[in-house]
Amino acid sequence: MSEKSFRQAINEALREEMRRDPAIFLIGEDIAGGTGSEGEEDAWGGVMGVTKGLLGEFGANRVIDTPISETAYIGAAIGAAVTGLRPVAELMFCDFAGVCFDQIMNQAAKLRYMLGGQAKVPLVIRMQCGGGFNAAAQHSQTLHGLFTHIPGLKVVMPSNPYEAKGLLVEAIRDDDPVMYMEHKFMYDDKGEVPDESYSIPFGEANYSRDGGDITVCALGRMVNLCNEVADELEKEDIRCAVIDLRCTSPLDEESICESVEETGRLVVVDEGYPRCGFAADVAALAAVRAQPALRAPVKLVTPPHSTIPFAPALEELYIPSAGRIKQGIKEVLAA
Amino acid sequence: MTVQPDNKWNEETLLDAFFRMRTIREFEDRIHINSAKGEVPGFIHLSAGQEASAVGICMHLTDEDHIASTHRGHGHSLAKGCDVTAMMDEIYARRTGLCAGKGGSMHIADLGKGMIGANGIVGGGVPLTAGAALKSIVLGIDRIAVAFFGDGAINEGATLETMNLAKVLNLPMLFAMEDNGYGEATPSSWAIGGEVLERARGFGLSAHSVDGHDFFEMYETAGKVISNIRAGKGPAFMHISLYRYYGHFEGDAATYRPAGEAEKVQKEKDCLMIFKNKALATKLVTDKQLDDVEKQVIRLMDEAVAHAREAPSPTAADLATDVYVSY
Repeated sequence: MSEKSFRQAINEALREEMRRDPAIFLIGEDIAGGTGSEGEEDAWGGVMGVTKGLLGEFGANRVIDTPISETAYIGAAIGAAVTGLRPVAELMFCDFAGVCFDQIMNQAAKLRYMLGGQAKVPLVIRMQCGGGFNAAAQHSQTLHGLFTHIPGLKVVMPSNPYEAKGLLVEAIRDDDPVMYMEHKFMYDDKGEVPDESYSIPFGEANYSRDGGDITVCALGRMVNLCNEVADELEKEDIRCAVIDLRCTSPLDEESICESVEETGRLVVVDEGYPRCGFAADVAALAAVRAQPALRAPVKLVTPPHSTIPFAPALEELYIPSAGRIKQGIKEVLAA
Repeated sequence: MTVQPDNKWNEETLLDAFFRMRTIREFEDRIHINSAKGEVPGFIHLSAGQEASAVGICMHLTDEDHIASTHRGHGHSLAKGCDVTAMMDEIYARRTGLCAGKGGSMHIADLGKGMIGANGIVGGGVPLTAGAALKSIVLGIDRIAVAFFGDGAINEGATLETMNLAKVLNLPMLFAMEDNGYGEATPSSWAIGGEVLERARGFGLSAHSVDGHDFFEMYETAGKVISNIRAGKGPAFMHISLYRYYGHFEGDAATYRPAGEAEKVQKEKDCLMIFKNKALATKLVTDKQLDDVEKQVIRLMDEAVAHAREAPSPTAADLATDVYVSY
């Protein structure tokens, strides 16, 4: 066990898995960088440096840089998966799914079903998500809700380095297409990560904090914000159960319902769009399965149903903050 | 160019080629007739008239090579070796179909035969084919992949992006563009800007134009092109001129085509007719042998249709399976 960054944890998972299985390869834009130039080889290792160093160990036939052609290379990754390989594609930003959504939605997600169970699609698409960098409307989205809507896709969002490694190993070994979402604010976050290989099963939430007063559900970076708020509220003798869902598909419905039945109160915090999104989905689950236990209306802490702004002053208002989460929790406790 | 069968052909290979083409024609004709009777659910796109392209290419492939096809994919599937009865069952939406009745005409596939799928999205299968070709690069093996697509897909970004990607990564891949004259209801002569071969050459692909009505020309050109791809000379492109006899979909009266056009092509350039004339001229096969193949195909199709009519439909238990590996 040693302390590693979120970025290192992902890199380590890729390296260990590629050593284990020659069918695994990486494909994406600038995942090495400098291909074909006379400058530095492996110049970037991905725009956030996540795949740095893998080219040297595995070579250009397994760490494959592509032109800026998301449809072509995401499609090629899907085709390679269907024919027996285990590609890990990097889509630089989840926003760029818009460029290649046919391949994700109509091909990867549906092939197994359309082919009557003949096909396995053991594909991972890694991508950045999240705001906070003033990167504006096309580089800041958190589109897990969009992906979760499509049957056939699995959707994962780690909240710390430990989860980043374990969930990625699980994603690579999984025989279904997995959308693996990395919050761009977290690459330098540090945490304890075992040196040995391990995996974290999908669909099993982590009770990142126990507490009997209120249930708070979140994913990814929002989990950490919720825990900060819960720390503060503990001083006021308010005990929050913070559930880190880790995946939205499959979703650990049991853990959510069990906790809500215990606390009778639910706040869902999410950075994704609110309409038909993750927060609404969890609220609906509570209404359908745990309504008798609810002692107050469910509170959703999400961005407004709006495009993500550029101006720092507006983006700060847009992304759920510790202040808004705290206020939401208090509202539900007061109801 | 008119290509005569040369001395590599013999009785067996000529009869095999004729059997494959005649099977596709009979398959499509039966579905045309039975669809009009209301027997066949869903959207159906038939490839009658285009047989020489599918067979002329697929006769150069093994089960280990991959193809992806289009919404008009019955011919490619049959040419690649998919089972006639299992295909007919699928198109009749039967549980015994190739895709357990969950894909239908537009999603026919048989991974065991290297057929990774017809596709309901124009151009959608082209990037997938690049992935099948990429497998050879990653594993260092000697397999190729062929993307069949139509004149509509040549204007899709997915196709054009993949042409570039294939060149950049030197993928062992053939882009087989079947230009049947119409993308849905619009002539390809109107919809395609510039010249197709120049477009392909602009991406650095070796590009070839073929008369898709002539099986022997198809076979010869595909043979040379595929052998170059296998030799590591990079991706190639074939512009195949041919014609679909039926409408874009079953039920389409094809009023966008000049009256008599389809009949004229069928009378003057039908690929089965040209094949028979050339094959008979070699004296390697006789009229009677070709007739016997026809009879064999008709029997095969009688059996396939009878099977499809009686085969069981999927049940409620099948509704939400095969979504994931776990269910």
